[in-house]
Amino acid sequence: MTSVAEQTGTPAGTVEPPRGGARRASAWIRRAPLMPALIFMIVVTQLPFVATLVISFMDWNAYYPDEVGFAGVDNFRRVFTDVNMRDAVWTTILLTVGVVLISLLLGLGIALLLDRKFRGRGAVRTMMIAPFLVVPVAAALLWKHALYNPEYGLFNGALTRIWGLFGSDNPPQPDWISTMPLWAVIFALVWQWTPFMMLILLAGLQGRPLDVIEAARIDGANTWQIFRSMTLPHLRQYLELGALLGSIYIVQNFDAVFTITSGGLGTANLPYTIYQIFYQAHDYGRASAAAVVVVAGTIIIATFALRTVSSLFREDPGR
Amino acid sequence: MSITDTAPVAATRDERGRPVKKRREGANVWLSLLAWVVGILFVLPVVWMVLTSFHSEANAAQNPPAVLAPLTLEGYREFFSGGASPWPPLLNSLTASIISTLFVLLLSFPAAYALSIKPVKKWTDVLFFFLSTKMLPVVAGLLPLYLFAQNTGLLDNIWLLIVFYTAMNLPIAVWMMRSFLSEVPVEMLEAAAMDGANLTKTLRSVIAPVVMPGIAATALICFIFSWNELLFARVLTATVAETAPVFLTSFVTSQGLFLAQLCAAAFVVSLPVLVAGFAAQDKLVQGLSLGSVK
Repeated sequence: MTSVAEQTGTPAGTVEPPRGGARRASAWIRRAPLMPALIFMIVVTQLPFVATLVISFMDWNAYYPDEVGFAGVDNFRRVFTDVNMRDAVWTTILLTVGVVLISLLLGLGIALLLDRKFRGRGAVRTMMIAPFLVVPVAAALLWKHALYNPEYGLFNGALTRIWGLFGSDNPPQPDWISTMPLWAVIFALVWQWTPFMMLILLAGLQGRPLDVIEAARIDGANTWQIFRSMTLPHLRQYLELGALLGSIYIVQNFDAVFTITSGGLGTANLPYTIYQIFYQAHDYGRASAAAVVVVAGTIIIATFALRTVSSLFREDPGR
Repeated sequence: MSITDTAPVAATRDERGRPVKKRREGANVWLSLLAWVVGILFVLPVVWMVLTSFHSEANAAQNPPAVLAPLTLEGYREFFSGGASPWPPLLNSLTASIISTLFVLLLSFPAAYALSIKPVKKWTDVLFFFLSTKMLPVVAGLLPLYLFAQNTGLLDNIWLLIVFYTAMNLPIAVWMMRSFLSEVPVEMLEAAAMDGANLTKTLRSVIAPVVMPGIAATALICFIFSWNELLFARVLTATVAETAPVFLTSFVTSQGLFLAQLCAAAFVVSLPVLVAGFAAQDKLVQGLSLGSVK
């Protein structure tokens, strides 16, 4: 993964000449404080990946301990021809893009609503944050059982109540998870991630140069024009940051898929599928090959993503 | 959409006179109302969770919902003393989260120092290396770690989780800390150096006052992420080192009357995060944006 960092084209003017007394300090004294963290990260995150790479070329299933050996590219062939894996790739893309896009748009709308003075603004903000502070497994359980459940979930309960208001005793009682499994997962995740996007975008909105906007308004620009040509460009980097961080976390989502659908009904994403190959099928070789493929894909995407971040932080080159 | 009307209320100073201002104020009331409705919709599932946790199982499973049913602690009683005790998992989660957070702070502060106050060569590459490890899918490292733990007898050991959680949060912490440390004014550092202040003195009297809130934000985020983690805890622990989220997964396939107990469990497990998060709302933003949003 080091290569990603090297490829990203570092922000301009990375290292300024050392200042003052620091010039005399040797490079190693400078590096010393960095070393524990760096070595720790390499050992804990890079070494296991090397092991994964090695195992991906091996024939290794814990159920058949006598048949461990070199498998060449067999595992990779199986990964690429496996329908489940291809479905998992699709599901992962749909899930990530769906959640990031919807929560970003909702977050933007809500941030704009909250970027005004009104009674109870702090209270609304606090209410908005709550979903993000529920432990993900707990949130997924809540959605699965207390909201989506066709018999006693809140959604169908509310439908019964509303239909009852109009004198109907035959309300629709859909089985949310069976009829739209992927959307069920997406909605639960959107609920958790919208506050995250909203917080970042709200912080961005509050950093807007208000005097310039005021001037534009006096010059006759209407609200939409101000939004299009001033607010949105200013928010661009915050939108990118939200999308990037959201993607990092949602691509890897395991909790919601595991809890709400247990990977069934076409909702198994890559982390869940690999978890299954390894934890239930105990096919270590194939699980590792799948992991290697996923990492390769991630590196390609991450290279672009990191370029985005480095452009984000260009204005803040440190010292 | 209503987005268009949400620019700051500069309208009060609009020179175009009363009618414009009036219409604007009218729109503002509706927008405020909309904000309230959206806020209530988002908090509703949480409120429902808390309310249901205080209902009896029979009332919790009613359709239409029994909103005004009598309150009871039945669900909590059942959760804490019904079956397996939740205390060991809760304590495990607390141990793993707190100790890993401490490790993260101990490792990330010096690293961030070497990336901002006295930067090493190619410090941006190092910084991006840290972030890139965050993009590495955790499942990719899961199997070797599992095999390693199996062979060394570290399976179901809380210390293995602590090491992993430290690695999981370290990149985020390094990014945040670096951003906070780079806020320390250069002039102050130079002045301290001129006065002949040694490292300890500079750290204590120049750097600490500026970055303390940042360190708190970092700690908060690391604590929350460790407390929430499920995948590794599920694979690497069993009965002894089981954490609270793993304990919660026993509800995934529940049948029968269990909703009040489930809501009680979900609420209890989320409570530390809810308390910490609400207490430090402002720092949350800073933390989540890796320190890039002030």
